[in-house]
Amino acid sequence: MAETLRYRDDQPVDHPAVTVDAFVDQSNAQAVRIEPGDDTRELLPHLQRLALVEVNFPAFGDGRGYSSARMLREAGYEGELRAVGDVLVDQLAYMRRCGFDAFEPDQQFDMDDVKAAFERWPEVYQNAADDRTPIWTKRHP
Amino acid sequence: MYKYDQYDQAMVDARVEEFRDQARRRLEGKLTEDQFKPLRLMNGLYLQLHAYMLRVAIPYGTLNSQQMHALADIADKYDRGYGHFTTRQNIQYNWIKLEDAGDILADLAKVEMHAIQTSGNCIRNISSDHFAGATADEVVDPRPYAELLRQWSSFHPEFSYLPRKFKIAVIASDTDRAAMRLHDIGIQIVENDAGELGAAFYVGGGMGRTPMIAPCINPFVPLDRLVTYAEACLRVYNRYGRRDNKYKARIKILVHEMGAEEYTRQVEAEYAHLLEEGVEPPFAELERIRTYFEDPLFEAGAGDEIDRSDPDFAVWVDRNTVAHKETGYVSAVISLKPVGGIPGDATAEQMRLMADLAKDYSFDELRVMHTQNIVLPHVRKADLHALWTALDEAGLGSPNLDTVEDIIACPGLDYCSLANARSIPIAQRISERFAANGKTGTLGELKLKISGCINACGHHHAGHIGILGVDRKGVENYQLLLGGSEAQDASLAKITGPGFSEDGIVDAVETVTTVFERERQDGERFLDTYRRIGMNPFKEALYG
Ligand code: SF4
Repeated sequence: MAETLRYRDDQPVDHPAVTVDAFVDQSNAQAVRIEPGDDTRELLPHLQRLALVEVNFPAFGDGRGYSSARMLREAGYEGELRAVGDVLVDQLAYMRRCGFDAFEPDQQFDMDDVKAAFERWPEVYQNAADDRTPIWTKRHP
Repeated sequence: MYKYDQYDQAMVDARVEEFRDQARRRLEGKLTEDQFKPLRLMNGLYLQLHAYMLRVAIPYGTLNSQQMHALADIADKYDRGYGHFTTRQNIQYNWIKLEDAGDILADLAKVEMHAIQTSGNCIRNISSDHFAGATADEVVDPRPYAELLRQWSSFHPEFSYLPRKFKIAVIASDTDRAAMRLHDIGIQIVENDAGELGAAFYVGGGMGRTPMIAPCINPFVPLDRLVTYAEACLRVYNRYGRRDNKYKARIKILVHEMGAEEYTRQVEAEYAHLLEEGVEPPFAELERIRTYFEDPLFEAGAGDEIDRSDPDFAVWVDRNTVAHKETGYVSAVISLKPVGGIPGDATAEQMRLMADLAKDYSFDELRVMHTQNIVLPHVRKADLHALWTALDEAGLGSPNLDTVEDIIACPGLDYCSLANARSIPIAQRISERFAANGKTGTLGELKLKISGCINACGHHHAGHIGILGVDRKGVENYQLLLGGSEAQDASLAKITGPGFSEDGIVDAVETVTTVFERERQDGERFLDTYRRIGMNPFKEALYG
């Protein structure tokens, strides 16, 4: 297990994340882990008591977690949103745009590659869950 | 034509640098081949039987002469002096070296081109009507909407790891020249009774193993919500599309299994939610893009007469030119289907000639048709003879648009690692047969499409006559299908019966056309006759 990259200032949650089913039944958990087949919407009524959502990527090609992340941010979730599992450096920029602010990859990143990945895109075309201004808004200020 | 501004240019330039960096990390062993594969696919690099293939995007099939020259230069510099225009209005090079790919992408970026998302499980290049902006039957030019969707879908952070590839076509005419309903999303720009423009969304069409014609899930999405609606369609697919079996992962299977009604309900719910989120571009952006697609300066009162005294020229005019909205103009189709040739291939020299002719005679614009021909969209009738003379000298004057010689064939076993059988030689034999028996002209419109395996890249399901290559105990065998259409009267072709050998299939196609000639009533196309008399007379002639 590699080190977690975090892009937020608060203290990390110190207890392990539980499954979505367990979380919905269990009122004291603050951390939950979403698997690709889970329905993220089940979490939406409970966002106030959540401090950490882990979204698992068992295989990097399974992109359901990108939608999960964006939906949570659109619903107003402000806690930590962590991509875990088969998370690769070439996906970091898109993940960040979908609202992830922490990454716990199976394999350690090279920090130079991470830096390059986040600096890669001078502009963005779409609105997403980050605060970047899309090109089409810049064209029509 | 659309022109990049500094933002568009910065994005394609960044993409080139990203790819170079990825290729470097692959060489250094930081990326495994499994990790690198989707990255190279999203830059158009596909590993075929003998070499890498590079697929370059031609957004909505429109390009200018400078871009066509650049494509020719790439063919000479990095490939074997030719390229292959595809059924999605793109171009492919078949003999690319991986180590050249970064330089090729950089050469493309210099002329506002790229290979972004031309392969992989992401939103592919947006296709459109090849007569857009030239035909009288459209409510509006569909390409500005396609360009807006190009920008929206490029580097989309949420939809770059979809269950499977995703193809979108945009048209704006009741006459469908883009096989719109055989796309994952087909959009038709329509006008309502109040005279407002909107987008009809058809979702869940496709060819492949399980061909389906897309149902309409919303007949009128206002244009200032187009991107939001598309985003909702994609999100439902990204969340629920099957990922357990790649043959069931296209959106058509989701729409089919979930039911169009339930899929629509979920899309509408997501749409309502996304409208609150404000993901739509400012409407002024659509207005900005539209200004790039205004009509060129047509010559008022251009002559409407064509001197038909040269009989070969007259045949070409009849077959290969199409009515234009402007008096005195036509759209001229350059056939890439010479008798005995490889459908869709063009040499670098031919590309340069087509580019120069576009500059001289068609306001510097060319189009790629999904039937793998090239269009010069706006040609003065007065210039047609000079145009034809130049084309004919270069072997580009085949007068066979929409005839039995105008065949779509996938790369097949000559290139493709998934193939069961060869497609190209079958196409070559068939066009030779009909050129020799002289029937090409009299048969009229007859769309013949050939795929080398059930993945259906040659659209055989949508052919008036379709041919599907299969493997029968290690021998190439060909099934014959009849009655498909990709146009506004879309239908799926049906198999006639047992398959044929390589020689047998050419005879079988001829047999089928003989039945047509016997049964044909006034002015009928092959498809009309087939629909009227059904399969049986054809079966009897083939197997009886
Ligand atoms: S239809 Fe089959 S053989 Fe032809 S290109 Fe597609 S995958 Fe290859």
